[in-house]
Amino acid sequence: MHRTFASSRPARVEAQEGVIDIWPVMVAAVPIGLLFGALCVGKGLSILEAGLMSLLVFAGGAQFAAVELWTYPVPVLALAFSTLLINSRHVLMGASLAPKLGGFSLRQRLCAFYFLTDESWALAERRARRQPIAPASWFALATMLPIAWIGSTVLGAWLGSFLGEPERLGADFAFTAMFIGLIAGFWSGRATGFVIAASGAAAALTYLVIGPPWHVAAGALAGIATAWAAPGPARTA
Amino acid sequence: MSLDPATLVAILAMAVVTYLTRIAGIFVAGRLALRGRAKAAFDAIPPAVLLTAIAATRLPLLATIATGVFAVVALRALA
Repeated sequence: MHRTFASSRPARVEAQEGVIDIWPVMVAAVPIGLLFGALCVGKGLSILEAGLMSLLVFAGGAQFAAVELWTYPVPVLALAFSTLLINSRHVLMGASLAPKLGGFSLRQRLCAFYFLTDESWALAERRARRQPIAPASWFALATMLPIAWIGSTVLGAWLGSFLGEPERLGADFAFTAMFIGLIAGFWSGRATGFVIAASGAAAALTYLVIGPPWHVAAGALAGIATAWAAPGPARTA
Repeated sequence: MSLDPATLVAILAMAVVTYLTRIAGIFVAGRLALRGRAKAAFDAIPPAVLLTAIAATRLPLLATIATGVFAVVALRALA
């Protein structure tokens, strides 16, 4: 099923280029991971649980949404549903990238895509425009990011366990700002403004009238319906 | 250092769901080319759900920010 690219470039060079591509993303991930870890501890998760989530889930947006939804008893289905919705974009990213991993066996693909993130995807797509993606370059690029993410989560959780209530330091505002930054990353013109206005209104209303976790579904549906109906540049693409 | 069973189940559920979204692309590549309204609707899911996560519990803060943004836009339009 896969073609083998006759790459004349040594794996060491491919790996070095991957690391050079990813290191700015690693630096940027550290403060976000610190905040995530501190928030987990504020919600009652242990340092081990916070680190485990960053290791196994390894998807920042979905993890922040989960920690915001987190209550005791743990709403497992709502957390899984929210995670599925936020990460559904991976399907399209993977579908676009998979044909460009020509020299990968199926087993290598199944390993490689564990590390699929917005950032590693964007870097790999950029690289694929110039040359085939060698396994050495992908694995060097993609496996560096979890080191920064998991490390900073654990450190943030450890620091957070000394700091106590996040509200006391205004960290709850940092959290809201973080979300706004995450949402801005998905901004694709005025249509996105309509989408978030509709989903925000629907979510808030459902939260007040019916209660959680239904506000997640209501907000998602309102956003999807708005994007479907709204005129926007994405339509003609 | 504690590991609550319910928390572990939730983390594992999130991890499995996430991994499935990551590898699904391998199997639908070439067959999935969303265009037009369908693509716009699909692209809208992540920002909509992220906003949903804060809309409910951070309503006063969001209202404050929205008022601020609206005020800046309105005053710029007047100036």
